[in-house]
Amino acid sequence: MTATRTFRVLPGFNLTLGYTLGYLSLLILIPLSAVFLKTFEMDWARFVEVVTAPQVVATYKLSFGASLLAAAINAVFGLMLAWALVRYSFPGKKIVDALVDLPFALPTAVAGIALTALYAKNGWLGQYLEEIGIKVAFTPLGVLVALVFIGLPFVVRTVQPILEDLDTELEEAAASLGAQRWQTFRHVIFPILLPALLTGFALAFARAVGEYGSVIFIAGNLPFVSEITPLMIITKLEQYDYQGATAIASVMLIFSFILLLIINGLQAWTAKRTGRDR
Amino acid sequence: MSQSNKLSAILRRSAFVLSFVLAGSAFAQTTLLNVSYDVSRELYKEINPAFVAAWKKQGGADITVNQSHGGSSKQAGSVIGGLEADVITMNQSPDIDILVERGGLVAANWRKQFPHDATPYTTTTVFLVRKGNPKSIKDWDDLIKPGYQVIVPNPKTSGNGRYTYIAAWGYALDKTGSEAGAKDFVTKLFANVPVLDGGGRGATTTFTQRDVGDVLVTFENEAILIAQELGSSKFDIVYPSLSIEAAAPVAIVQKVAAKRGTEKVAKAYLDFLYTPAGQEIIAKHDFRPRDPAVLKKHAAKYPNIRTFTVEQKLGGWAAVQKAHFADGALYDQIVARK
Repeated sequence: MTATRTFRVLPGFNLTLGYTLGYLSLLILIPLSAVFLKTFEMDWARFVEVVTAPQVVATYKLSFGASLLAAAINAVFGLMLAWALVRYSFPGKKIVDALVDLPFALPTAVAGIALTALYAKNGWLGQYLEEIGIKVAFTPLGVLVALVFIGLPFVVRTVQPILEDLDTELEEAAASLGAQRWQTFRHVIFPILLPALLTGFALAFARAVGEYGSVIFIAGNLPFVSEITPLMIITKLEQYDYQGATAIASVMLIFSFILLLIINGLQAWTAKRTGRDR
Repeated sequence: MSQSNKLSAILRRSAFVLSFVLAGSAFAQTTLLNVSYDVSRELYKEINPAFVAAWKKQGGADITVNQSHGGSSKQAGSVIGGLEADVITMNQSPDIDILVERGGLVAANWRKQFPHDATPYTTTTVFLVRKGNPKSIKDWDDLIKPGYQVIVPNPKTSGNGRYTYIAAWGYALDKTGSEAGAKDFVTKLFANVPVLDGGGRGATTTFTQRDVGDVLVTFENEAILIAQELGSSKFDIVYPSLSIEAAAPVAIVQKVAAKRGTEKVAKAYLDFLYTPAGQEIIAKHDFRPRDPAVLKKHAAKYPNIRTFTVEQKLGGWAAVQKAHFADGALYDQIVARK
């Protein structure tokens, strides 16, 4: 046995590690395990019955489907927005930059009410959309709109710093070596941005899955049509069915955890492939 | 020995400091917390000062009444969770019964502690339609017609929605004479609901502000309030041929009141709701008072309507809960058939 001691810049590693883990448990692990403990009060058959009820399954589809779709939309448009904010200067840029953060700061209920007012059939946008046969408020589409709204800052704010650090020399080099614009983007810029973009995607997705406040106003909340999983949990709580609520919550947590794990793995993989291999 | 002395000294000192803090915040007054449902906010805002004045006149000590409002089930949940309510005032009995079941916070015989089964006022479920009643909606039968949009809050989460469901069920039960007929009727009705809001106020917003739906089915007091606030030029109230008597139950949260020594004042507070002064304030807020004299005085506001109670047609709240609103029960079957 050889005692290897790795050199560390800061002393007190054990102390800080202990502190970090302790803090993390207090803040995240203990509340989450309470969810699971409450769920264990019910037997397995009842648990399966609750979490696989058709009405509940329909909400998983909407919640996770709409969240993934919203995160994907945000990845595309968030990237474009970040690009515009970093690479171009235009009047009012500072204001636009600040606007991006607003969905963070706005109480979600306000966002929900504002979006509903906008997209209802007598709203500014809703009245024109209704004419061409598109209903947004009180449909699953409304859920998507709300989730896109609240998720946008996550992608912009994760991609922006990477873009800022990106040397334009790389692009110049690619151009001087004969790369087309698209090739430069595809082979030079995009691989560098991808890990950050995936982080932004994961954050936007996670936020969307848990979102309640803004969605509830615009969704219409019809069973099998526009009910989201968090609403199912609230409904159970309001009927004093705490175990049923935590059962659905734990299924949701497990789903989200697995999906985030996959996204994080993907991100680590792309980072390795594009960054550290060279 | 010295150890325990030190400890008791610390305890004494902190109790001393604590009493100062409490005294500072409340000026040594007794406080009473009334935990209530969502739309009773304005009512109790006016009841409270009137009660405080009456209480002092009777020779009572200074008192502050605090109120807390929210969705009724959530409020009851908070009380179960430890919110120290001295009295609870709700719009449906199950939200008080749960406090009997969980932790015995309320006495099991709470219905017998005050007149009229501890319900100082009632309201009923009525229709609010757009001005001039363009779709000529007269009764429950009109709500199940194809192409009609009905706005109702979610019966699973809202007392208001629950009463609507029960009213429709009772009407259909009379009309068709069978459970199957009632189920079919209510299924058709809920198939016409384009938006299910979590509570009564949300449904009001959807109908009045978002312009969704042909008819809003809601409590009479809410309908009168809408007509007043938004001008009667936009909406008309329609009374169906039969509806539900929605009685608002009140109770002392015995366990908390005993601990805080507020039993007497809590009882006086709820008693006050039954006095002519209290009933007058209740009528002012468009609820139907129990006192016949007060009701008569405001008769113009309350057209005669034939009503039934949950006990009369559906065998009480416990039975309704089990047969209709439990997981997989009738309500779930009704929405699943869509």
